[in-house]
Amino acid sequence: MTATTTPTVGRGARGGDAGRAAGAARSARRRQAVLWGVLGIVALAALWELYKLVGPADGWLVGAQEGVTGSGIRLLPRTSDQAMPHVWEMLARIVEPVTRASGALPLGVVVLLAALTSLGVAALGWLVGVVVGFVLALLMLGFRIAERAVLPFVILSQTVPLIALAPLIRNWGSRLEFGAFSWESWMSVVIIASYLAFFPVAVGALRGLQSPDAAHLDLMRSYAAGWWTTLLRLRLPASVPFLVPALRLAAANAVVGTVVAEISVGFTGGIGRLILETAVAASSDPAKPWAPILGAVLLGLVAAGFVALLAAFLSPFRRQETVA
Amino acid sequence: MSTSPSTPAPESTSAAGTAASPATATPSATADATEAVVARGVERIFAGAKGAEVTALTGIELTVRAGEFVSLIGPSGCGKSTLLRLIADLDEPTAGVIRVFGKTARQARIDQAYGIAFQQAGLLPWRSVAANVELPLQLHGIGSAQRRTRVAELLELVGLSDFAGHYPDQLSGGMQQRVAIARSLAEQPRLLLMDEPFGALDEMTRERMQTELLRIRAETGAAVVFVTHSIPEAVYLSDRVVVMSPRPGRITDEVDVRLGDAADRGEDLREDAAFFAGVTAVREALHGHEAAPATGSARGVDVR
Repeated sequence: MTATTTPTVGRGARGGDAGRAAGAARSARRRQAVLWGVLGIVALAALWELYKLVGPADGWLVGAQEGVTGSGIRLLPRTSDQAMPHVWEMLARIVEPVTRASGALPLGVVVLLAALTSLGVAALGWLVGVVVGFVLALLMLGFRIAERAVLPFVILSQTVPLIALAPLIRNWGSRLEFGAFSWESWMSVVIIASYLAFFPVAVGALRGLQSPDAAHLDLMRSYAAGWWTTLLRLRLPASVPFLVPALRLAAANAVVGTVVAEISVGFTGGIGRLILETAVAASSDPAKPWAPILGAVLLGLVAAGFVALLAAFLSPFRRQETVA
Repeated sequence: MSTSPSTPAPESTSAAGTAASPATATPSATADATEAVVARGVERIFAGAKGAEVTALTGIELTVRAGEFVSLIGPSGCGKSTLLRLIADLDEPTAGVIRVFGKTARQARIDQAYGIAFQQAGLLPWRSVAANVELPLQLHGIGSAQRRTRVAELLELVGLSDFAGHYPDQLSGGMQQRVAIARSLAEQPRLLLMDEPFGALDEMTRERMQTELLRIRAETGAAVVFVTHSIPEAVYLSDRVVVMSPRPGRITDEVDVRLGDAADRGEDLREDAAFFAGVTAVREALHGHEAAPATGSARGVDVR
């Protein structure tokens, strides 16, 4: 998904034939990538079915005591239909109605709606995280003292477990109330998602903004360019190669944060909550919980795809500098 | 101020002199300044670790007249690059004064009185060749139409008109350096500061670039302060070679090598007796007279 620009080192303009050949090679490579991706999914499904076929139905327990339930260590998972439904059963379940109630939507539709809700929340969390991370990076760039004072806390912030944070944020948020505004549970989810997303952006952007070498900074100084002009014309464009991976990490973090925060905050309507709800029904409907899990995977893929799209727009700034 | 009756070098005679930029110094400020650079008693001491001090430059007295090509030559650590950075106001002297066209170095930098080129071309990799040359004009608020004409002229001057849309990573080292020179000339500076601009190039490219620089200089009439550690390069290019020596960095000698008008110098000059004489003179100044080995027929010719 990375749009890497291969630097073409040449003296003349690239010939039309060469350009066309390169284009053909690129589309061939893309087709191959898709093929390998599909093959990977098929292989995973095959592996699942293979283990289900050959693995022991009750798994493999080591050191289990006779008559004591729950003793021993299970080294191999159970392969019963209860624990590992067939791939086709999972797929079939997706199109069946979510419950036996009349007029119930197909499970797949419910999952997609929940994933869409979560996507919106995660995107908002990502955006807030990116803005906060970037502002922190600018602050650290502008003030040496800020870098020393803030950076340790930025790193420390990521060691606080999410599970501990969620109730706190919900608690604080619920006390906020002014005028028509009242704290909604989705806002807590956004905050937690952004809390995970801001970190890679703050660190990546800072590194990127500090990446221009002394010669470039001297050049800007010789043009009598001020701090903001240097930021706009030199530091920002130079930060892009560092920023793109940071944005991708932030997107992954925002999705994970959203799914986990939904569960611990108690926000209904998202994919995280749906995973929990369907897991409860797993004993009677073993194929059901796998649909929202697939939905969460889809959510992650869409988020990654979005950042890849963003990276493609930024690709002019990702040219490798060749030293003379 | 100098009492010399010599008038400053005429304004650019080429097409390069059409687009007047408001950022350059006003005519009145430059007309009475026949000296491009004046350094008096300049000293630069760097603070080392644990209170130790390194004297990079001491007692520097240097005058570069308008339109004059002066090379600073010397071994590593003699402070030639430091001196250039002081003139460019990228660094400040610990003692002494530097004047550029009669102004303080700082004011000269703010007024864009000079153009600068480094050993590394230092092009912005995300900008095309044209956009790189355009950078200083853009930063100083020149209108886009005016910018486009000026960039076209500059690329014509350095022979890269066909590469305007290319990116730095698609160019050879020599071409990148030519773009950097075009960029340094963008605002028609009357002073060019060059810090080993050809230092990273191979010998053949280097010689071609030197000849090209002489042509460009003849067309623009700018004064040049050129840092190098190549004796032939200094002799071939310069009107005057300033010889420097390290620990502490200081000027030890000056060699006048006026090998004729910049425009007339061609490749033939490299095989001319006067050229060899200049090389010998600079070498002797660098190593001390007794240490210099005899080189060719030029021995004994006093070019000073």
